[in-house]
Formats: sequence, structure tokens, C-alpha cells
Amino acid sequence: MLEARQLSFQFSPGVSLLQAVSLTLNTGQWVGLSGNSGAGKSTLGKLLAGYLTPQVGKVCINGEALPASGLQPVQWLPQSPELAVNPRWRVGKILCEAWAPSSTQCQAFGIQPSWLSRFPHALSGGELQRVSVLRALAPGVRFLVADEISTMLDPITQLELWQALKQEAEKRQLGVLVISHDTALLERLCPQRYHLSNGQLKPW
Amino acid sequence: MLTIDRLTLQLPYYAHGHAHGHASWWKRRWATSLDELSLQFSAGEVHAVVGASGAGKSLLAYTIMGLLPTPARLNGQLCYQGKPLDKPRQRQLRGRELALIPQSLNALDPLVRTQRQVAWAAQRSGQSSKNAWHAAQLALEHYQLDAQAQQAYAHELSGGMARRVLTAMAHVSQAQLVIADEPSVGLDPHQRQRVLMALRELADQGKTVILITHDLRHALPIANRVTIMRHGQQVETAAASAFQGNGDALAHAYSQALWLALPDNNFSIRETREAQHESQKEANVA
Repeated sequence: MLEARQLSFQFSPGVSLLQAVSLTLNTGQWVGLSGNSGAGKSTLGKLLAGYLTPQVGKVCINGEALPASGLQPVQWLPQSPELAVNPRWRVGKILCEAWAPSSTQCQAFGIQPSWLSRFPHALSGGELQRVSVLRALAPGVRFLVADEISTMLDPITQLELWQALKQEAEKRQLGVLVISHDTALLERLCPQRYHLSNGQLKPW
Repeated sequence: MLTIDRLTLQLPYYAHGHAHGHASWWKRRWATSLDELSLQFSAGEVHAVVGASGAGKSLLAYTIMGLLPTPARLNGQLCYQGKPLDKPRQRQLRGRELALIPQSLNALDPLVRTQRQVAWAAQRSGQSSKNAWHAAQLALEHYQLDAQAQQAYAHELSGGMARRVLTAMAHVSQAQLVIADEPSVGLDPHQRQRVLMALRELADQGKTVILITHDLRHALPIANRVTIMRHGQQVETAAASAFQGNGDALAHAYSQALWLALPDNNFSIRETREAQHESQKEANVA
């Protein structure tokens, strides 16, 4: 169970972004998070994944703090995969950075063997996003924070990505926090949804 | 207004190979990026060009503007207001009759304040520098950019404001044909609505707007017609009103699939006969 306990966070003193936000994500659970630009959705996601440290409050996994080193059980998936890969590495090396996915897993995510010898710029955004998602699914990972991962994809590619992720998450009982502007998408994916505004979470 | 007739675009790429017992070699090959495209854009309409990434949407914009890299091979005919649109004419009309709202916000000069940049666009269309300065101010105000934003540098603007500056530049140039390349990427719903309404407004003034996007859902409310592209080919051109219900009014299975895959519709991939046929073909090739 991933827990955010009374998180408060601000980038500059006096301008509070999140105020005592609490959120629980169970294994196998899909939770949606919406909110306007600048509401702090991505910041909350990064706090949960340990990219940022809250000024007040704590992020816990099964009651313990996030590990300081080694494999992070909470993985953050960024909106733009182009900015999350080393442009001088070939796709094969990028994909196997943390673990080696089997060929059936590659197939499930629609990753062609021919991509592996290419550089990231030779893949389209949707193709690279699938590589970036599969890369984050190392065996020790329990939770995912999907931060607008399908915004720049066309409807069919978007659907294929979510279907592959849903299947894998079900198999491994991953908890997923889906951050998106797209309320229709959240309604499709997540039985439980929150809206973030003025630093507070409200269910909808 | 603009007619595209059997347009084919090929771009070079370099394939790597090994010959037996010899050093490795590189060979120039040609990738077909646009394939026999025939389209018509008329005045007063927003014509959305929709497709997955890599479908050749942006290349279509660059072809119309004449901004392709030198080695590109182009076949077919472009006709603007009844006359062929060739390279010299493109150079002459670019920024005057034809305007591109580029996808990347890096298109703004980082060293020039907003108002001067927009004034440049107005000057390019033949206005005197004094008039251009004034026109720039009016255009920026029209797009709700206040005095502070008018004197800001590009890095001080938010993504939505920068988009509106680029739209303002197309607006002051008084271009008759405006191509907007993914204008709503990275904007929140409110800002996206503003940018899209600005495009609709341009079309209502009698201009031709080509809206290039992957986002079918948000293109539909402002578009008159929609062209679906895939692998550089034109799948179908349909009225925006054809995208409703189960998509039965759409002629092509791929457009239907694209429509039904939207989260507010079925959110499902319909197994079509054509898709099965294609996967069969791929299996045979393999």
C-alpha cells in the first residue's frame, strides 16, 4: 500500500502548492487524478515517486519510507519520453537499463525487435512511450505514476498503450495513479478519481 | 483556394549493410513520406488533418509552405488560387499570403520582445513600420495578451501565451491560408479552447485554416471537414458531422476505428475485416 500522509509542499516560501494532502493507493488499484495546469498534479506524482521531498508529511510504502537507494518501487512515467531517454543510447540499451523484459512482454507492448538497434530519434512519440513504459516495469516495481503519458498520442495508439499497461498491471497487481486532463479517459480507466484544486484533493 | 493533386514526397535515408568479406557500407534509399495525396482546401473552412505521429501531417505543412529540406523529391501539383504554387511563388507568398503557426514554441526569437516579433510579421506583409507596430499591439490585445506580455521575452511566456503570440503573428500577416501545426499540444483545456476558437475566428473571416493535429476530439467542434491520414496516404476526407454515433457515416474502417477508440466513445479497437486482412498480409511477409 502506497500512502501519502498529510503532504504539504511549496516551491517558494509563502506560496503553498499542496496543503496536507493524503492519498492511499492499494496494489492493483487504479486511481485517477485531474486538475488544472499548475494545480500541482505532477508535483504530487513526483512526491509519491520520491523525485521531490515534502516539507511536511511523509510518503510510505507498507508503513515504511521510500528506499533511499536501489530500485524504486514507485515509478514515475513522464509525459514526454524523448526527454526521459539518453539520445546517445540505442533503444535496446534504454529498454534494458533496469531489467531485461522478455520477448513476450515486448510483444504485448507492441515493441518491434527492429527498433532495438535504432536511436530514440528514429522512433515516433508513441513508439518511444511504449519503450519508456515497459522500461519502468522492473520486477520490484509495485506502483506507477502515469503523468499524462497518452496526451500526445492518437486515439488508437493511446488505447493500445493503456490496454497493454492494464494487462500487465492486472497480472502483477500494480497500483497505478493516472494523472490526466482528460476526464473521459479517467472515467474509462479509474473507478476512483480525485480532482486537485487549491492544494486540496476532492473525490469526483 | 488551395488544390493538391497527386502529391508524392520522398525523403532520403541511409541504410547500413554488410557485404560478404567487405567493409560495411551506407547506401542512400528513399522513403515515401507522402503518397499520392489529393486534397482541396477552400476559403472560410477549417480543414483538420488528423493522423497518428509519423503519418506525414507536418510534412504536408512544410510542403505547402515550401520549407522542405533540399534533397526532398517532390512530385505532383500544388495550385494556389488557380496558379501553380512553385518554389519562387512560395518564397514570395510565405509570410504574406501563407502563414504557418509552427508546432515548436522555439520558433519565437528568444532575444526579441513579443510586440517587436509580431510587428516584424506585420512588416513582412507590406505594412509600414509604424503601422506594423500598432497592428502588433492590436493583435496581441485581441488575443488577450496584456502590456506586460507584449514587452516580455519568449521564455517569460507560458506555453499557452506563446501559442497565442504565434497565432497573433499569423493574424497580423493577413495571410489567406493559415496552417496550424498541433496548436493545442501541452495546453490545459481552457487555453486549448482559446487557441482553437482563435482559429475558428480566422476561418469565419473568410480565410482558409488547415489544422494539423492528432487530437481528433478537439478538432471536431471547430472543423468543417476532416482528412484522416495514415502512413503518408489519405485515408478519407469527411465532413466533421460524419464523426458521430458508431461512425457509420465514415467510409473507411481506419477512420471508424480512430473515432471509436476515443475514451468518450467505445474506447475499444474494433476488429475490422481490413485490419485482419492487413495482419494476415504482414504475417505472410514475415
